[in-house]
Amino acid sequence: MRITCPVCGERDRREFYYVGDAVALQRPDPDASDVVWDDYVHNRDNPAGVTRDLWYHEGGCGAWIVVTRNTITHEVLGTELASDVKEASA
Amino acid sequence: MAELSAKTPCAGLLPVSAGGVTLSEVDAGVLTSLSPRRGRAEALGKALDASVGAKLPEVNRATGEAGSRVIWFGQGQYLLMGPDPAAALGAEAAVTDQSDAWAVVRLDGVAAEDVLARLVPLDLRAQSFAVGHTARSMLGHMSVSITRTDPDTFQIMAFRSMAKTLVHEIETAMKGVAARGAG
Repeated sequence: MRITCPVCGERDRREFYYVGDAVALQRPDPDASDVVWDDYVHNRDNPAGVTRDLWYHEGGCGAWIVVTRNTITHEVLGTELASDVKEASA
Repeated sequence: MAELSAKTPCAGLLPVSAGGVTLSEVDAGVLTSLSPRRGRAEALGKALDASVGAKLPEVNRATGEAGSRVIWFGQGQYLLMGPDPAAALGAEAAVTDQSDAWAVVRLDGVAAEDVLARLVPLDLRAQSFAVGHTARSMLGHMSVSITRTDPDTFQIMAFRSMAKTLVHEIETAMKGVAARGAG
């Protein structure tokens, strides 16, 4: 599996550390309700198909990356810097 | 009072040679990481040029030469190797002394590419990784910085605590390549 780092270019999967669902970029407000926080901390979809995950380019430039990929075909559909995603949603 | 003596990271380990390839330690002098403040990369480049006569490299590139080198060192990070950093750089970047934190070695020889091909998940052949190219990648399980400084020379940097493993990994690959060449 190859992942294109937005900074370094296309690299081997072993350089990257898998972090989890990119929902971590949508952290609720500190005053949000218990229900919202419970959902954020514990509940994850597990789709057969397209997912958006956070990866860390640990053995590379150190960038946090949002990787869109397909869990059925293993195809990597796109990558973007997590900082760009966060700024775009702010 | 105890008498302390300074030792380089690879003291007693290097140099080693096999199959026409030599691995030796580099005394890189002062190492300084530079992380430009938001939107100040261009200003840092100017300050660097004015103070130590070094150019700020593009991503995956290095500038300068032995004794005064700047290498791209990660997302928003550069490493100044050799010269003392000028105080003026502090206005444009976070400046951190990294001297003694890194083991710096050089791998010389026509077969140096073949040695690294056994260890690094990158295409380091000259057509895709020319003189002045650099990368943050892995050597075995170690995070490293690799720079081609001359046609047959690579500079490799790993955390100082990994010096012995770094030498062991590369020396083992050197012997493997040498044995195959002899057969």
